[in-house]
Amino acid sequence: MSDFQPILLANIAIENSHTRAVYESTGGYAALRKVFAEMSKADLIELVKASGLRGRGGAGFPTGLKWTFLPKEHPGPIYFCLNADESEPGTFNNRILMEEDPHQVIEGLILSCFATNTTTAYFYMRYEYPLAWKRVQAAVDECYEAGYLGKNILGSGYDLDIFLHRGAAAYICGEETGLIESLEGKRAWPRIKPPFPAVEGVFHKPTVVNNVETAACVRHIAERGADWFRSMGVPPDPENPRDPGSFGPKLYCLSGHVEKPGCYEAPLGITVNELIEKFGGGIWKGRKAKAAIPGGISMGLLTAEEFDCPLDFAGPGRYQCLGLGTAAVVVMDETVSMVDFLLNSSQFFAHESCGQCTPCREGTSWALKIMQRIKAGRGRLIDLDLLLEIGDNIGIIPGTTICGLADGAAWPLKNGIRKFREEFETYIKQTNPSGFAETEPVPALEMIGVH
Amino acid sequence: MTTAERILTDEMIDAIKAFIPRYPSKQAVTLPALHVVNDRLRHVPLQAVVEIAEILDLAPAQVQDTLTFYGFFKQDKPHGEVRAWVCRSISCHLRDADALLEHMCQKAGIRPGETTANGRLTLEFGECLGACEHAPCMLAGETLHTSLTTEEADAFLEDLA
Repeated sequence: MSDFQPILLANIAIENSHTRAVYESTGGYAALRKVFAEMSKADLIELVKASGLRGRGGAGFPTGLKWTFLPKEHPGPIYFCLNADESEPGTFNNRILMEEDPHQVIEGLILSCFATNTTTAYFYMRYEYPLAWKRVQAAVDECYEAGYLGKNILGSGYDLDIFLHRGAAAYICGEETGLIESLEGKRAWPRIKPPFPAVEGVFHKPTVVNNVETAACVRHIAERGADWFRSMGVPPDPENPRDPGSFGPKLYCLSGHVEKPGCYEAPLGITVNELIEKFGGGIWKGRKAKAAIPGGISMGLLTAEEFDCPLDFAGPGRYQCLGLGTAAVVVMDETVSMVDFLLNSSQFFAHESCGQCTPCREGTSWALKIMQRIKAGRGRLIDLDLLLEIGDNIGIIPGTTICGLADGAAWPLKNGIRKFREEFETYIKQTNPSGFAETEPVPALEMIGVH
Repeated sequence: MTTAERILTDEMIDAIKAFIPRYPSKQAVTLPALHVVNDRLRHVPLQAVVEIAEILDLAPAQVQDTLTFYGFFKQDKPHGEVRAWVCRSISCHLRDADALLEHMCQKAGIRPGETTANGRLTLEFGECLGACEHAPCMLAGETLHTSLTTEEADAFLEDLA
């Protein structure tokens, strides 16, 4: 840990790090030449499998394994979608990579496409990243000029086109089948799986969807090998036969109430405490911490007493969180009201639920209405149980929705109320002294003149 | 279908058609086409939807269905010369983004989502703009305003007053 040198962020401080000239001067595109000279597509898939690389977009599925789900000997086309729809609250690592080192991402994307036998890749980027859009488009243009894209790349006989596709400000497009539907020109309603995209994805063809940071990792694995990648991170938990381990470097986004918010790189497994102390300069204004989101708001909450949680794929789950998610840590100091936190979280998910599945559409919007009522001083203790009932019943895990957005909406509710119940109860009793114990149905907010 | 005057210019039509070879389905050009029109007209009127559908061999309802899903494309009237989103998601919220948006709306004399009377600014809340290390932040057109103070917000508004 102490002698760890950044890998993915190694070059971002160099002037003009986003240009091909600088990227090549730091060894860029050597991995591509090496793979074309020395490896078959199958070799590269095996290498990525052996590295233990798990997807960096949130779910942590093993990348090489995902690639092997593509049908064998498929006549094609197979499509590749690079998921750059980063929208999880607290998360900005893909933006940093695309703005400051887009060629690293593109080299990894070309390698990933080569491994999966894809000749067309769609780079799906969220609308709100205008600088990243310009830099990635410029980098793609430079690649065509240099012969890294187009026909017969570097004389290898391999052809690849990359097209940028711009989103329109909808969180759900980061869900891989929502992305596929959006790319097809439809509303971004996630699909029921199976079939998984590897079998039937975009345009009814086998499709791989990988995250920006995942692609960047592939570039380094191709260059330095699987053993090097596995020398960083956390080995599989011997107690859990299903844990494939958490290997490699990871970009952690640190924001909220720390002195130095930013995107920092460390081997998987750094604890929240270490992240805050080593990189974040401590809690701001000399205050104490109260809680943190471990990996984007969908992952739930850690209390300050739980900051020894290691941020690898298995860590946050041991602290009742949903998982590592995007590894975006948002720190809250002692002045933050958990009522305000949960209202903010509920507001986000009610706004971003795509509306396809009733439990999510209704659950997120009712959670918001209840939270608004609590905030307005009309809360009842029974509301906390209603919120938990929503939290326990929406999502893939209870089996009521098509995609995981609802699980993400549920986790802040479940962790928030179960880990901070006393604070919620106190707030409700203090702000609604005459009605906190009511259990009868309540009229809508506008009918009682609040709001 | 309609007697309305044609809205898409030849330049817009060419820009839309340039996307068609990129995809195996014309429907996939829906979002790029909506952006082509929105970038130029600052909204996508229903007549434009009808014309996009003609180019892409779709029913207008298919294009309209996609358009309405995103909530991003205004249809009734153009947004302001500058469209700005003040982030309200958690990292910005923790650094007083709610108060910032309220202050800006009050100063501009509009509510979130509205356009100033001179037509120069539409002010909206945004969900996470992915610039959490710079909270509170605002994306105005293509410019990201980072760690925005009330004074900077005031100066921004005065430039558009």
